[in-house]
Amino acid sequence: MQIILNGKPKEVAAGLTISELLKQLRLDIKQVVVERNASIVAKQGYERECLNDGDNLEIVHFVGGG
Amino acid sequence: MWIKINEREYELATGSTLDQLRQKVKPEADLLIVNGFPASPDAALQEGDRVVLIQRGEIPVEDELDALLTARHTPGVHEKVRSACVGIAGVGGLGSAVAVALTRIGIGQLIIADFDIVEPSNLNRQQFFLDQIGLPKVYALRDTLARINPHVHVTACHLKLTPGNLAELFTPVQVLVEAFDKADQKVMLIEEFASRFPEKPIVAGSGMAGYGPSNTIGTERCGSQLFVCGDGTTAAEPGTGLMAPRVGIAAHHQANAVLRLLLGLEPSNGAIETACKLS
Repeated sequence: MQIILNGKPKEVAAGLTISELLKQLRLDIKQVVVERNASIVAKQGYERECLNDGDNLEIVHFVGGG
Repeated sequence: MWIKINEREYELATGSTLDQLRQKVKPEADLLIVNGFPASPDAALQEGDRVVLIQRGEIPVEDELDALLTARHTPGVHEKVRSACVGIAGVGGLGSAVAVALTRIGIGQLIIADFDIVEPSNLNRQQFFLDQIGLPKVYALRDTLARINPHVHVTACHLKLTPGNLAELFTPVQVLVEAFDKADQKVMLIEEFASRFPEKPIVAGSGMAGYGPSNTIGTERCGSQLFVCGDGTTAAEPGTGLMAPRVGIAAHHQANAVLRLLLGLEPSNGAIETACKLS
C-alpha cells in the first residue's frame, strides 16, 4: 500500500504500525513527533495503530538544543 | 500648525518655540528631541516636526507606551498583539529571546515556565545578566521584561513542566512556543499539548547549534498545528555548542512565527525546506 510521508509517496507493507515504520527509518521514537492525517499521534498509539492505504504522515525528527 | 509629540498629533500656534511647547505640555521635561536630534529650548518649531519630550528617569505610563506602539505598528496590528496571550515552555536561549522580542512589540500576556536557574555558562546566549546568576530563570526574565515594558502581563512559573501540569498551565494561550533543550522533552511537550489543544498552533525549535551558515535556519510547517524553526539537524554536542548568533536567529524565527499566527498569517513561506526533512 502507499502512504504519503512528509509530502512524498512511499510504498509500505500493509498493516504496518508507526513504530515499525520508525524502526525501518532508523528514527529514535523518543525524538520524533508523528502526525497522521492532521492529528499528532500520542506515543501509546505507535504500537497499536496500523497505517492505512493513503494515510498522510508527517514525521518530525527533533535534535537537542535550545 | 500640526506637530507630533511622543507620536501623538498636536496643534500649536505657528512660530512657537520648543520651550513654549514644553511649558504647555510637559514643564518637567529635561531632554528635548526634535526629528531625532536633541534640540535647544529656543528652537522654532515647524509644521510636521516630530517632538519627543523626556523627563530623565521617568517611566512612561501605559497610555503613552500604548500610543508609541500603536504609531509604530499601526492600530490594527497593535490591537491584535496587545490582546494576545502566548505560552513559552523553557526560557533558555530560545525562550528568553522569544520573550524579549514579544515584550518589545507589546504582547498582552506571556506565560513562561522553566525549572532552571541562571548559570554563568548560560550567558553566552541567553537573555540574562551577570547579576542574575543563581536566580530562577523565570523570575530573572520577568524582571528584565518589566524593564522593557512593565505593562506586559507576565505569569512566571518556576517548575518542571510535565504531562500532568502543562495543559492546565497553558490553557489560556493562543500559541505555544516550545523552547526546551532536550529533544525528548520537546517531543513530550508537543504531544501532550497537541492532545489537549489540537487546534492551537505550536512553534518549536530544532537545530540551531554551532556557527553554520545563517540561511540554513528556516521556519517550516510540519503538519496541521506544528511549526518548526531551525535547520532541523544541527544538535548541541561537544564541539558544536549553542551560541548567541544562531540561537538568536532561530528564536526570532519563532517570535516572528508567533506574530504572524496572531495576525492570521501563515508563518512559513514554503521556500525553505529544512526541519521536516528526514535526515
